[in-house]
Amino acid sequence: MHNRFQLDDHYRAIVIGGSAGSFQVISKILSALPTDFELPIAMCLHRLRHVRNGFVEALNIKSTITIKEPYDKEPIRKGNIYLAPANYHLGVEIGNSFALTTEELLNNSRPAIDILLASAAQVYGKRLVGILLSGANKDGALGMKRIKDRGGLTVIQDPKECLIDTMPTSAQKITTIDHSLDVQSIIDLLLELNYKVKNAKDI
Amino acid sequence: MQEIEISQLRALTDLIKQRHDYDFGNYAMSSFRRRVQRIMELYKFASFDALMEKLRGSDAKYFQEFLSEITVNVTEMFRDPTFWVELRDTILPALLSDNKIISIWHAGCSSGEEVYSMAILLKEMNALDKVRIVATDIDNAILAKARDGVYSAKNMEVNQKNYERMQGLYSLDAYYKEQAGKAYLDKTLVKDVSYREHNLVSEVSFAKFDLILCRNVMIYFNQTLQNQVLKVFHESLYKNSFLAIGSKESLIWCEIANKFLVVNNEEKVYKKVKD
Repeated sequence: MHNRFQLDDHYRAIVIGGSAGSFQVISKILSALPTDFELPIAMCLHRLRHVRNGFVEALNIKSTITIKEPYDKEPIRKGNIYLAPANYHLGVEIGNSFALTTEELLNNSRPAIDILLASAAQVYGKRLVGILLSGANKDGALGMKRIKDRGGLTVIQDPKECLIDTMPTSAQKITTIDHSLDVQSIIDLLLELNYKVKNAKDI
Repeated sequence: MQEIEISQLRALTDLIKQRHDYDFGNYAMSSFRRRVQRIMELYKFASFDALMEKLRGSDAKYFQEFLSEITVNVTEMFRDPTFWVELRDTILPALLSDNKIISIWHAGCSSGEEVYSMAILLKEMNALDKVRIVATDIDNAILAKARDGVYSAKNMEVNQKNYERMQGLYSLDAYYKEQAGKAYLDKTLVKDVSYREHNLVSEVSFAKFDLILCRNVMIYFNQTLQNQVLKVFHESLYKNSFLAIGSKESLIWCEIANKFLVVNNEEKVYKKVKD
């Protein structure tokens, strides 16, 4: 128990990317987290560019922790879950805050997963966990590589379970993936991570 | 491609300050890094050192190109339609009620879509001649584009949709002509607009305004620089006049936030309440 994935206890943040076919998956994950989940989670999910409201509300129906769309330069706090807002790229800035931008579309997307993952890798290095879910393009693959290159942990949804597996398989092609897991196992990994991080702190 | 390290970015901003007198030291580094990386790909620099070498020279023409690329010039007409509704239905009527000429500053106007949007909105309110507009940007080249009002025709679809969402009086194509893939905005809309070069990072207040729009510009700055720029805006506003920032920006982490009052939190319109 709590050692299936043999995780370290040094992690400080989690980033999650998803696109087509990921909404149900992310809802399931969010509904399974304990309310005192320790690590901050930042999510970038492909969404309609010109619809500002509704998406975070839909995710919040199932989530145990209230998800918020951060403001520019909002400090990243433990125990919080954040979602990239519509029509902005979400990045992590030096000093442990978020940075939003209106740069060009990347991989035909704004928000783009690569931007969140790569910028988080810069700030958190090996203390970062990246999770890439179902999706129909290659956004997030390069971001996962950046996470791996800096010593972080890379997790994908098992392509066999994905509604559309282009996203996780694109990541597999260009970097090492530590764990390829079905949704329930991703939840188990997050619970183990939470256990490890909390116990490391208590010592 | 190898990612650029923070130490390299520091060396770059130091060099630019020294050689070209522009200070990017307090830009948000996550996006600044991507801009530099983008420039290296665009101009096919073999290495970061090659870029440094190019900027070490005094090629003013190249630096102008660099400046145009390092700043983000992605925008839309009527971006966030509900914001424009707030301007039309609440903010501008309040300002215009005194029946005197009001002044508006578009700070960081980029390619000018926001200025054209404002001119169209004011025209539809029969108030275009009651407003003095100043539009500034750090980049002289983009100001020329803002003046011209010639945009890619394929962008007009998004612009048109935004215009419809804010319930403009007509159809957006009443204000432009399309030819060979370009949309030519009606230049008479902005004939009285004063476009001028201004660097928010290094320059001080130059006039007083009733309304300042600086939307999605300060997101490229770190908190230190945001504090500094907000002071410039504070100085440039009459008491009880308005500042509009991007919908996902906030003043709450700024030092002088208490000198402003939130008028509309969803659309991020603030009022200066203290000198």
